[in-house]
Amino acid sequence: MEIDQPAITDTGDFVINMGPQHPSTHGVLHLKVTLNGETIKNIEPHLGYIHRSIEKMSEAASYRNFIYLTSRMDYLSAHMNNQACAMAVEKGLQLEIPPRAKVIRMLMSELTRLASHQLWWAALGLDLGAITPYFLGFRDREEILDIFEETCGARLTMNFNVPGGLMYDIHPNFAGRVKTFLKNFRDHLPEYHQLLTGNIIFEERTKGVGILTPEDAVSFGCTGAVARASGISCDVRKWYPYDGYETVQFEEPIETGCDCYSRYSVRIKEMEQSVKIIEQLIDNIPEGEFQAKTKVVLKVPKGEYYVRVETARGELGVYLVSDGSSNPYRIKYRSPGFSNLSALNTMAKGNKIGDLVAIMATLDLVIPDIDR
Amino acid sequence: MGDEIKNISNLSASGKAAAAGFPGEVHETPGGGIITSKLDDLIDWARSNSLWPLVFGTSCCAIEMMSTASAKYDWSRFGFEVARATPRQADVIVCAGTIVYKMAPVLKRLYDQMADPKYVIAMGACTISGGPFFYNTYSVVKGIDHIVPVDVYVPGCPPRPEALIHALLELQNKIRTETPISGKKKSA
Amino acid sequence: MTTEELKQFISLQVPETVFEEAQFLNAIVDGSKAHAVLKTLREHPETDFDYLFCESGVDWKEFFYVVYHMVSRRHKHTLVLKAKISDRVNPQIESAAYIWKTAEMHELEIFDLFGIKFINHPHLRRLFLDDTWGFPLRKDYVDETNIVSL
Repeated sequence: MEIDQPAITDTGDFVINMGPQHPSTHGVLHLKVTLNGETIKNIEPHLGYIHRSIEKMSEAASYRNFIYLTSRMDYLSAHMNNQACAMAVEKGLQLEIPPRAKVIRMLMSELTRLASHQLWWAALGLDLGAITPYFLGFRDREEILDIFEETCGARLTMNFNVPGGLMYDIHPNFAGRVKTFLKNFRDHLPEYHQLLTGNIIFEERTKGVGILTPEDAVSFGCTGAVARASGISCDVRKWYPYDGYETVQFEEPIETGCDCYSRYSVRIKEMEQSVKIIEQLIDNIPEGEFQAKTKVVLKVPKGEYYVRVETARGELGVYLVSDGSSNPYRIKYRSPGFSNLSALNTMAKGNKIGDLVAIMATLDLVIPDIDR
Repeated sequence: MGDEIKNISNLSASGKAAAAGFPGEVHETPGGGIITSKLDDLIDWARSNSLWPLVFGTSCCAIEMMSTASAKYDWSRFGFEVARATPRQADVIVCAGTIVYKMAPVLKRLYDQMADPKYVIAMGACTISGGPFFYNTYSVVKGIDHIVPVDVYVPGCPPRPEALIHALLELQNKIRTETPISGKKKSA
Repeated sequence: MTTEELKQFISLQVPETVFEEAQFLNAIVDGSKAHAVLKTLREHPETDFDYLFCESGVDWKEFFYVVYHMVSRRHKHTLVLKAKISDRVNPQIESAAYIWKTAEMHELEIFDLFGIKFINHPHLRRLFLDDTWGFPLRKDYVDETNIVSL
């Protein structure tokens, strides 16, 4: 590891390191920031501090096993990562999953999205200096994790999806607990607005900071809330519906402010839309099988398959190349954070270093998702 | 303190010399004399009840560590309230998350920058032995005890917050058996 | 544009393109001609592929593919272009970083893991690993010390 000698050039620029161990980089991200005084001139991200070679490991695992490595990739939307991998294998095998499995997968996805956004909100408050949102966000998140633990057995890396449907059936208490949680969450949501949304300090720190124009958003390949805050409509659940999303009514929140405050508003509205989806589904879970019949050893026919899923951060794509054997030949994960991070330099040029923290908090990066 | 017999004549080397000419038998008691052993107890109690962890989390286990720090599984009731971002002011490093070859020098540097006495908790299966990233991987360090000396291992992927609190209490028990002043062995 | 029209459009640019019918339309061109085709696909108003959503490398033991997945938001058609690189000793291809800005970081990753050099890339460097590593995602990568085989 080379040691950087800070040197001040003739124009007054100097380079400092931010990370890899830093309270607000959301993981191990090493940024080399070129500053002139406090104004940012250039940012160069250095990755690889959590590169766990998941793509190479997937080539040695079987088609049933590689799914569980991906829960650790973007661990805050673990269920959706697993769903994408299971869908890729199902597409290869041309397998149709039963309706009960589809509805339960949707419910779990929306609950995971809510849990991820609550943690995002908690960490956002903490990065900008407010401690109370941290405790309130985690309080609500713990209720969801308790529901997951009862049904799936684990709080964070719940490996509940298999190619063909779900691993087990849901617990009998599931529907009752989700309804109680929804009622509590609706009561708590005004507190979120009271603490941060109308707060003058928060608005001063986030309005007009970190502008990303719509052309740049498309050129950088940004997806998720980052693109929606710049006016680009890109929700995978609307454009390429999967696993039953065409049957539920929800809106895609789009803002045109292009700054940090717009990204914040988009995510709060996404939370409200998730609650709406769960309310439509929770009383109408169809009866029947939860898993389609499959062989024990799966062999996907030769070919290439691309599957996309909307995680809490954006579009996750799984590109599966198969050569007919029982192990995948090549799997590429198109992670949302990778493309969102490439836009950081454009967004942060000209801002102060305190604004960099606000930009990174609203980008909502999870570094193991970028490094894989 | 156990059931040791305290004997003032075993306090120092000069005491031993005095006991050499003493008619009768002199028994060395374990645990040291009364002043240093009480001082040991006081220091151990103070150290174990105010360990400040370093903010260090690389991947998924960091989220469970954050849950342990928040209101439901509060770890600040055991003294771990102040989580410092700088290693100079931290006592314990809860290494939560996988360590890869690129990150290993960073971890070693952070550990070296901490001041004595310092402790390490290896949280999660990845830090114990590489965890789920063991087979067919080219970049994961298979266990952080190749890099830093570890005091407590917590298994799990990720371990529950209660498991982490159990590990913290075990670390506190371990610290209470140390004898910084007298240097003699003490039973827990 | 429909699939047939896309096929004709690309065959006009590069007559020896091979087409495959898969989930999306796959077009396989040689690595040296890929850059010109990509530029035309991006700029021509009939095709207008403005969103490159995935760029990856695949190692097929005798040759490499650099696979570009792109979609047009206006016309709503998707295309997969595969650039074939047959040179295994010193693989290189023209960079697409000035066509789509997202290609910059994707190509850094492909260079890091496969060793394919991208000509005219703004700043080619190794992203995840350092200069002493080989290229791990190649099929002939051997690492006795670290890899424990399943």
